[in-house]
Amino acid sequence: MQRRSPYPYWFLLPAGTIFFVLFLVPTIASFYFSLTYWDPFEARFAGFENYVQFFSEPYLARGVMNTLIFALLTSGLKTVLGLLLAVLLTSGMLGQGLMRSVVFFPVLVSTIGVGLLFQELMHPTEGAINVALSWVGIDGPGWLTNPSLALFSVALVDVWRGVGLATLIYIAGLATISPDYYEAARIDGATRIQQFWRVTVPLVRPATTTVVILSLIGGLRLFDLIWAMTRGGPGFSSDVLASTIYKQYQAGFWGLSTAGNVILFLVIAVVILPLSLWFNRKEVDL
Amino acid sequence: MTHRLTRTTALASVLAFSAGALSAQQLTFLVDSSADSVAVTEALTAAYTEMNPDVTFSIETRPGGGEGDNIIKTRLATGEMPDLFIYNSGSLLQALRPDRTLLPVDEIENFGLINEAYVSTVQGESGATYGVPYETAQGGGIYYHKPTYEELGLEIPTTWDEFMANNARIAEETDVAPIAQTYRDTWTSQLFVLADFYNVLQAEPDFPAQYTANEAHYSDTPAAANGFSRLQEAYEAGYFNEDFGAATYNDGVAMVATGEAAHYPMLTFAVGVFQQNHPDLMEDVGFFAQPGDDPEANGLTVWMPTSLYAPADTEYPEIVNDFRNFVASPEACDIITDTIGVTGPYLISGCDLPDEVPGMVADLLPYFEEEGRTAPALEFLSPVKGPALEQLTVEVGSGIRDAASAAELYDQDVAKQARQLGLEGW
Repeated sequence: MQRRSPYPYWFLLPAGTIFFVLFLVPTIASFYFSLTYWDPFEARFAGFENYVQFFSEPYLARGVMNTLIFALLTSGLKTVLGLLLAVLLTSGMLGQGLMRSVVFFPVLVSTIGVGLLFQELMHPTEGAINVALSWVGIDGPGWLTNPSLALFSVALVDVWRGVGLATLIYIAGLATISPDYYEAARIDGATRIQQFWRVTVPLVRPATTTVVILSLIGGLRLFDLIWAMTRGGPGFSSDVLASTIYKQYQAGFWGLSTAGNVILFLVIAVVILPLSLWFNRKEVDL
Repeated sequence: MTHRLTRTTALASVLAFSAGALSAQQLTFLVDSSADSVAVTEALTAAYTEMNPDVTFSIETRPGGGEGDNIIKTRLATGEMPDLFIYNSGSLLQALRPDRTLLPVDEIENFGLINEAYVSTVQGESGATYGVPYETAQGGGIYYHKPTYEELGLEIPTTWDEFMANNARIAEETDVAPIAQTYRDTWTSQLFVLADFYNVLQAEPDFPAQYTANEAHYSDTPAAANGFSRLQEAYEAGYFNEDFGAATYNDGVAMVATGEAAHYPMLTFAVGVFQQNHPDLMEDVGFFAQPGDDPEANGLTVWMPTSLYAPADTEYPEIVNDFRNFVASPEACDIITDTIGVTGPYLISGCDLPDEVPGMVADLLPYFEEEGRTAPALEFLSPVKGPALEQLTVEVGSGIRDAASAAELYDQDVAKQARQLGLEGW
């Protein structure tokens, strides 16, 4: 049963116009332009050529794999670390307020700034990280220049940057759990660990859903940090979907890049929709 | 630089006022943000305003690289392009659809003074010419540290094997890195491939035409694939500086100036950086063309200067072309030399270089003076240039991919560009 909107139509018109002109039209237009070779001067119809090209890009397979690895890794770490930090920061420890700010602080810093800072810190010979390692006799790796490490280095920085937000969401989630549950659990003789697994984890599920979905979407479409730190390099080894798409755009292959964006849109939809449904159903069951 | 820019703008507005509101015309001018381009543009426009007090300029800067390409394309397509702008000659120009978007320059008085080889790189399909050279031609080759060469008694190599033999001795007998590579600035990784083109052309004179027609490729033309294998060879020999993956262009210039590295393959516009950052070490650095297999056919791959263009829909076509006529004159060359020094030969006849030029520039000149010792880089002979080359050369130079596979991937990359341009036969 559709409930009638309590607002008159003219009230909905401004938002509706903005939605139509700035969201709906470009989305539909991008489906069309992904089927052409276009530049600012003209568009030639190309059929599905751009999609064929995108999937036959030799580095694309790598880009897709990297995107998934990156999203899963950062989302997983943010969720686990976020929850642990939130538990720590609600435990009534000394200087708790200050510590919460400290954890949240990286979220407030510009991503590009974080990227450039870590690019310096991770310099293979002069960076602070490897210099510090050399004091204890460890020969640090090329964090961003070693092709098999670069993606993971960026992922760790992304976790550092984003874990504050996950922590904040979890702190809010923990605050909603009534102390009665813990009291009941203690009376039943549950240990601290049991309380954590049996009370905290199930009852912060709404927060977990938010953190997992937000960080997965963030990871799947991440661009700025990768671009600031490695530009997808060395070579193509830390390229993700978003940076591959941007490179096609930069090169003037606008049709190909539009096709890439349509694909990215579909990938995100395919990953997030079922996940979101699954989480929401679980919430009802609880 | 910002300081200087403000001063000129202030000066320009004072001039605009004094010339009176009725006759004053202000032209807009878009330049890339490199210090040299901005300085040259300020000097040339100031000189022109001095001669024509009612014409003033407002200078705007843009980023370089792919971002700059897109700014230029969108500005042109939307009719928002300033009255004058600077952009590459050769393959990148073709993507701007010059016949449709740009103002021809064939009719200016000094057109006859412009070097013919250059003119062919700024023409549209219609045969009209759209640009005049801005600054000097560049060579692609190898900078070397002279004291290291003197200490070991090394000779300037005329073949690749001699070059590698020099590297071997440097590696054995000194702590100096034989070759500087700087992959944080990925574009710097392409030099061994791009600057080898003089040698490609000696072996395969028809390569550019066949390449444009999709008949010859990097992977099936051994002479062309050589650039990739040479990069691989240098990597495998372990000749690069330790931090090659994280070093920058400026680091590379510093390494060869101070003798931390013996060679740095680069375009000769680096002269500006040497002058800026290492004025005391200028005479420690020399330059030679990238050697090939045949000592008799030793020559330089040349990059055409960037060019000064104007959009077809400019409000002031006469003034714009009068200014371009001025830029294509010996007076303008002298102004450029006074502003940023000599970075290479001018392509305007009647433009002389001062008698005293830095040693690394003097090393460049003999190639231009002798017949047949220069050849344009491929991007000036064919509209097809793949954008992923710099990532591929980083991979080869870091040992991630071998030369043959990089050449193959580059051919696929090039095919995308040809299809985007709508060329026949792809």
